[in-house]
Amino acid sequence: MHISPVLWQFLVKWLNASALFPREASTIAPYADALYFFLLLITVVGLTLVGILIFGFSIRYRKEKHPVAIQVEGSTLLEATWTIIPLALFLIVFVWGALLYFRIYNPPTNAMNIYVVGKQWMWKAEHPGGQHEINALHVPSGRPVQLTMISQDVFHSFSIPDFRVKREVIPGRYSTVWFEATIPGTYHIFCTQYCGTNHSQMIGEVTVLSPDDYDKWTQESTSGMSLAQNGERMFASMGCNACHSGSAAARGPNLAGVYGSKLQLANGSQVVVNDAYLRDAILNPSQHITAGYAPIMPTYQGQISEDGLIDLVEYIKAMQNNYRVQQTLTTSQSNQAAPTTPGMVKP
Amino acid sequence: MSATSSTIVNLPDQRTAALPKRHYLNNEDGLLSWLFTGDHKRIAILYLISITFFFFIGGAFAGLIRLELLTPQPDLVASDTYNKFFSMHGIVMIFLFLVPSVPATLGNFLIPIMLGAKDLAFPKINLLSWYLYWVGGLFTLAALVLGGVDTGWTFTTPLSTHYLNTHVVTAATGVFIIGFSSIFTGLNFIVTIHRMRAPGMTWFRMPLFCWSNYAASILMVLGTPVLAITLVLVALERLVGIGVFDPTKGGDPLLFQHLFWFYSHPAVYIMILPGMGVISEVISTFSRKRVFGYTAVAFSSVAIALFGFFVWAHHMFIMGVSNYSALVFSLLTMLVAVPSAIKIFNWAFTLQKGSITFETPMLYAFGFLGLFTIGGMTGVFLGALGMDIHLTETYFIVAHFHFVMVGGMLMAFLAGIHFWWPKMTGRMYPESLSKLAAVTTFIGFNLTFLPQFILGYLGMPRRYHAYPPEFQVLNVLSTAGATVLGVGYMLPLLYLGWSLKYGAIAGNNPWQATGLEWQIQSPPLTENFIEIPIVDHEAYDYEWLAHKTAHEVTTVG
Repeated sequence: MHISPVLWQFLVKWLNASALFPREASTIAPYADALYFFLLLITVVGLTLVGILIFGFSIRYRKEKHPVAIQVEGSTLLEATWTIIPLALFLIVFVWGALLYFRIYNPPTNAMNIYVVGKQWMWKAEHPGGQHEINALHVPSGRPVQLTMISQDVFHSFSIPDFRVKREVIPGRYSTVWFEATIPGTYHIFCTQYCGTNHSQMIGEVTVLSPDDYDKWTQESTSGMSLAQNGERMFASMGCNACHSGSAAARGPNLAGVYGSKLQLANGSQVVVNDAYLRDAILNPSQHITAGYAPIMPTYQGQISEDGLIDLVEYIKAMQNNYRVQQTLTTSQSNQAAPTTPGMVKP
Repeated sequence: MSATSSTIVNLPDQRTAALPKRHYLNNEDGLLSWLFTGDHKRIAILYLISITFFFFIGGAFAGLIRLELLTPQPDLVASDTYNKFFSMHGIVMIFLFLVPSVPATLGNFLIPIMLGAKDLAFPKINLLSWYLYWVGGLFTLAALVLGGVDTGWTFTTPLSTHYLNTHVVTAATGVFIIGFSSIFTGLNFIVTIHRMRAPGMTWFRMPLFCWSNYAASILMVLGTPVLAITLVLVALERLVGIGVFDPTKGGDPLLFQHLFWFYSHPAVYIMILPGMGVISEVISTFSRKRVFGYTAVAFSSVAIALFGFFVWAHHMFIMGVSNYSALVFSLLTMLVAVPSAIKIFNWAFTLQKGSITFETPMLYAFGFLGLFTIGGMTGVFLGALGMDIHLTETYFIVAHFHFVMVGGMLMAFLAGIHFWWPKMTGRMYPESLSKLAAVTTFIGFNLTFLPQFILGYLGMPRRYHAYPPEFQVLNVLSTAGATVLGVGYMLPLLYLGWSLKYGAIAGNNPWQATGLEWQIQSPPLTENFIEIPIVDHEAYDYEWLAHKTAHEVTTVG
């Protein structure tokens, strides 16, 4: 028996690499696989049952053995059986699937946050500490990580098969996904939503590091400025501080400590201030007027990149008081040369 | 009972059967008599030729896709070209082949005859729908010839509206127009089934083929306009930038997907339901037994059509729809799976106590049962919320969809074409060659698409031009299977063409089937029936058939 060496190489490579199932590298993976095996089981059982029925009847009632058909109307009992049993199984699958869905999409409160911006055709990860990565993501093992993601152009989808997580990355809207990696190593990142010419090049690698290695990596690859620091410079350079100065007579609402609070809007509704709200309020202020303020803020649609918005959001999130706002206000008034928008990318 | 067993023996010998002198094919001559025909049977033939043409175009693109995916590197064509391949494959196969496949060919041909009518309710609208199909088809071909379109068949915004320089509007116009063709066909069927049943043909005496086409017609008439509107919005957004789907203008890009899937999920039932009708006819005929639980099968078609409208958001579980709407749509998805399971078991139990023979249509139908079971069950994988997160947008989706549409629908279509070929042409196809084709298709199909389930679970995203090398083995298997599958589809084209001239004369009722279409000559007269039949028996009443045949033989003898 001769096997072509090329074929042999394929098989060896395949068996070594991943064979039939992807690696289980996150805390979610075993839960996802459990449901998968259950579904495989009922598929195989169902298929076997249908197969037995078809082949059994075909052999037993083939024309040579059973020349005259016996006409049967149907059977309510049987109909009920094969309505109720599949229904029950599907409902079990539904409940199981729903539980898994909530497990995958509801992040634990202590998750560390990393921003991801998708654009044709690359993934840009921004760590709060100011580390920037392209088509790569470094995360610690054993610690929940939440990704807050947004697309700068078309729909993308962020997928790490070995973690069994995936989420659409949508233009104009933050979406989130979380995972807790378990085993250090590197894993594929795929864009799974067709996004144009180089869709299949929009791939990357997530590197899971042990907590010690991760700390080392964070220190070595920082750009020197955290996202919030970038945001602070932008806040001053765009002149946000002129109105959002926090003083009693200011024309814009005080932003210190606003993140996470409940805000009364001019149109009577109440919102909880989160990342998405902050981003929308910057881009589309007339729809998000805080009660008691005049609708005078101009739109910043098209003027700030998604990266810049992330910086601003991070800055506002971290803002505890207005001390530095007022300080920068005085500085920027005395010196009109404001710092330019930072867009530094660590290659 | 002895009558039943002796009927087969009493049959007029097929070898002595002769083609009738006058039938719908030779009633009038010349190309114009075809192009201006109002005869539903001729329109069905026109459709059959047209969809076969487009099937092989779509198939060629499938072949090119599989060829490119032989190697992990993007080496056969450029990425843009590859994207155009899969877009064209999807657009042609879905809108120009699968949607019209069974309804426009077999449905057109058979529904009036099965109901005992002389034609559909609106013969001219029927012809118009074929012309619209071609206008749409030409727009699609124009998009292809002018340089292609690379939106994928889903036309997802904002990619299709803002980021692509290809012939999106041309292709969208094509699909828009084909949509009207499908609406007219559906409308025609609904009116015909309501108004033109022969005396005595009550709703519950109709063959299940009519029921399933009726259900599909409702979906066509109610769903397709939404697709049309959506495509108009895409075109307007692209041409004048109205901003409905553009977040920078206050639009919502997810709205597009809601609208698109509101049609495109029911569309998969438009594609599969008529196929299920074919399977009911074939399995009943070759087990010589009425379909087990006729009403359950009939109502499950209607149930699928109704539920089918309320599950669209299961395409969007990872898109950030609210958790609670995800729950509702997942639950409804589980419910829509039940009628399909009911059908499978009813078909299986139709075999019980039958008298089964294994002609080609039956082999295709068995293929359908197996593949559709896998296709349906993997749909449950995808309907389960948490599982969907990992599986969606991977090759698992591709495999699932092809199991239902190719393994299910195309098997059913081929079963139907073989089954009614004697009626449509008056000649038999070659039996052993066609059995070979059925088996080849089945093997090729499984070899092509089973590896894709594994690829999907491993995480290989769909629509990827290049992929990590560890996925190569499974892709090579899949491509090898596609080659076998290609042979399986070429064979019928060849031998069915051959049989037009050289096939054995079929006679009126070669399968001893009960439907009204089998009680008239093959090929039928232009007016179908010399006198309108009066129906006094249920569908699949083999005892009625036995008495009738016995009576005929006595009269002749």
